[in-house]
Amino acid sequence: MTSSADALALPQAVGWPTWLIKRAPVLVVVSILIVLWYLAAILMNAPMVRDAFERAETQYAVSDLIAGTLDSERPIVPAPHQVMAQLIDSVFNYPLDSPRSLAYHAWVTLSATVAGFALGAIFGILLAVLIVHVRTLEKSLLPWVICSQMVPILAIAPIVIVVLGAIGIRGLLPKSIISAYLCFFPVTIGMVKGLTSPDPIQLDLMRTWSANALQIFWKLRWPSSVPFLFASLKVAVTISLVGAIVGELPTGAQAGIGARLLTGSYYGQTVQIWAALVAASIIAASLVALIDVAGKWTERQMGTAT
Amino acid sequence: MDRATDGDGDVTARAQVIGFWLAALGLLAALALPLSTEADAALTANSRLLAAVFAGACMFAAAAPASVLSAALGFIGVLLGCAVTLILLDDDAVAGSAGWGFWVLTLATWLGAILTLARLAALPTADNATRWLRDLAIPIAFGAFLVYLWEVAVRGFGVSPVLMPAPSATAKRLVESLPTLGEDFIQTFVRSVLSGYVIGCSAGLFVAVIAHRFDFLKRGLLPLGNFVSALPIVGIAPIMVMWFGFDWQSKAAVVAVMCFFPMLVNTLAGLAVAGPIERDLMRSYGARPGQTLFKLHLPAALPFIFNALKINSTLALIGAIVAEFFGTPLQGIGFRISIEVARMSLDMVWAEIALAAVAGMAFYGIVALAERAATSWHPSYRT
Repeated sequence: MTSSADALALPQAVGWPTWLIKRAPVLVVVSILIVLWYLAAILMNAPMVRDAFERAETQYAVSDLIAGTLDSERPIVPAPHQVMAQLIDSVFNYPLDSPRSLAYHAWVTLSATVAGFALGAIFGILLAVLIVHVRTLEKSLLPWVICSQMVPILAIAPIVIVVLGAIGIRGLLPKSIISAYLCFFPVTIGMVKGLTSPDPIQLDLMRTWSANALQIFWKLRWPSSVPFLFASLKVAVTISLVGAIVGELPTGAQAGIGARLLTGSYYGQTVQIWAALVAASIIAASLVALIDVAGKWTERQMGTAT
Repeated sequence: MDRATDGDGDVTARAQVIGFWLAALGLLAALALPLSTEADAALTANSRLLAAVFAGACMFAAAAPASVLSAALGFIGVLLGCAVTLILLDDDAVAGSAGWGFWVLTLATWLGAILTLARLAALPTADNATRWLRDLAIPIAFGAFLVYLWEVAVRGFGVSPVLMPAPSATAKRLVESLPTLGEDFIQTFVRSVLSGYVIGCSAGLFVAVIAHRFDFLKRGLLPLGNFVSALPIVGIAPIMVMWFGFDWQSKAAVVAVMCFFPMLVNTLAGLAVAGPIERDLMRSYGARPGQTLFKLHLPAALPFIFNALKINSTLALIGAIVAEFFGTPLQGIGFRISIEVARMSLDMVWAEIALAAVAGMAFYGIVALAERAATSWHPSYRT
């Protein structure tokens, strides 16, 4: 504990801004990780680069070797700046409808993610409402909802794609259905918890006003489930992205981040794979941030923000 | 659970009685309707089936008044309805071109099944053992009935096995290809999932314990861990396949990375549970940091650690199967699924999925049982 206190006391004395001090641990850890990444890139790529030099029978110094490891065409571990360069190049240097543009692939995946997320969230909420109101469903369906997540649903992705393709549904919808199947679960579980979160006292009060089930739902259960709703939506949206990416794998690599990963692995384009992964991470982080903002806004509108 | 809808009890009770009568009438009505759209099959031709349908209708009618026996009577009625429809499907004239009579029969059975489940769920229980039995029986009956509906729908409508095989076909294929399934299970589950799971979980636990000792590291790792948990980590599968080759090592690596972050985040949260009073007590005993860790912090963190173990048990299987889409030796659940889809033999695909589902549920169940044994002191088990 003392070590951290010392580390914090020092910048304060120098008069560094507080936001920097608060984020200092994260920044330090991230910079250490980046340094480790560079070291890994040098160490893992070195044998390959050395072989290349020896085949060409050129003299090389250690500095040449290091420069080579950080700038090779198909590295085992690409260096961070290579990944960033590839990311920026493939996003900005191609027209938006070109299959070489990462922005195009990201858009394909993003649209499937959002569609699947919307489907899954609506389905999940409806299921939770049914489970909370129908006792038989709670007993019979809820265990299966939980079991459904022990089934590796992603394994069904190829079938869903093939079956829906056979009956003429192609493109966005099959992928969205996979996303929806994956992401309804946290919404259902969170909403069952949220809709049953009112105290018995509050329910009793509603009953003394002789409120019917519908009134109890709209005036008590639904408002009190809102915090649970946004917490589970945040989990659901990242799962939905995973579903969309995996849903692109069995379609034979046509478009999307998943297709980009698959072609990258077929042709050994490591930098392309890493850039696609970074793009996926950016999408995931922004979607979560968006839902976070929406949640905070809603709570402020409802007057329940803390 | 106390329901706000208690006041509607009379309405639902009356609806249940009417529903049971409808189910009984439905079974009888099916006798008058044609069973097949093509051939001239009728239930009246087969005296045994006729008797079974009558018996089923009587059971539903007897189950209508709410009594202790009504769930049992309804259950027998449902079994009779299921048996009649399944026997009818063996007739080539019915399978694939089932007529109204058949579907009315199925619908009546379905209605009876729902009402029987509702009666079963409302059954008063004397002690914990019977309640446990009831709460186990309801989902099992529900699941079994869903499988039955799937079977009847696929065979009754004559859905092509290329699109959707019947559960019976899948079960047959499962039994026939047990050796292949066994090999796939060992490749995917024993080699990839288990080794990756053990490596990832222990690494997460270890890093969390280290980070717990150094507050600076903890405050750096926790936001990062939360962030990475939200990323689509399965995407690293192609990279791992490139690094570690096609065999199980690359799958284990994906599984290990997927398991690492939930374990890290949960353990860090769990290690922070022990309050200042407990920590002061340990200090007043003159406990060394190691002793405090093993006697206070880790036991207190156990519920969180098990939470991560449960999350990871489902993640691990998904990670291994998806990683197999990027290249494998000639076995494994994910590999088999992708080639059998290409060969259009969907019964084998569903057999693999059933295998994966059973393995996943068993894995989760074992972890949950271990949790119950290890954290029996926790309030959530002492109700």
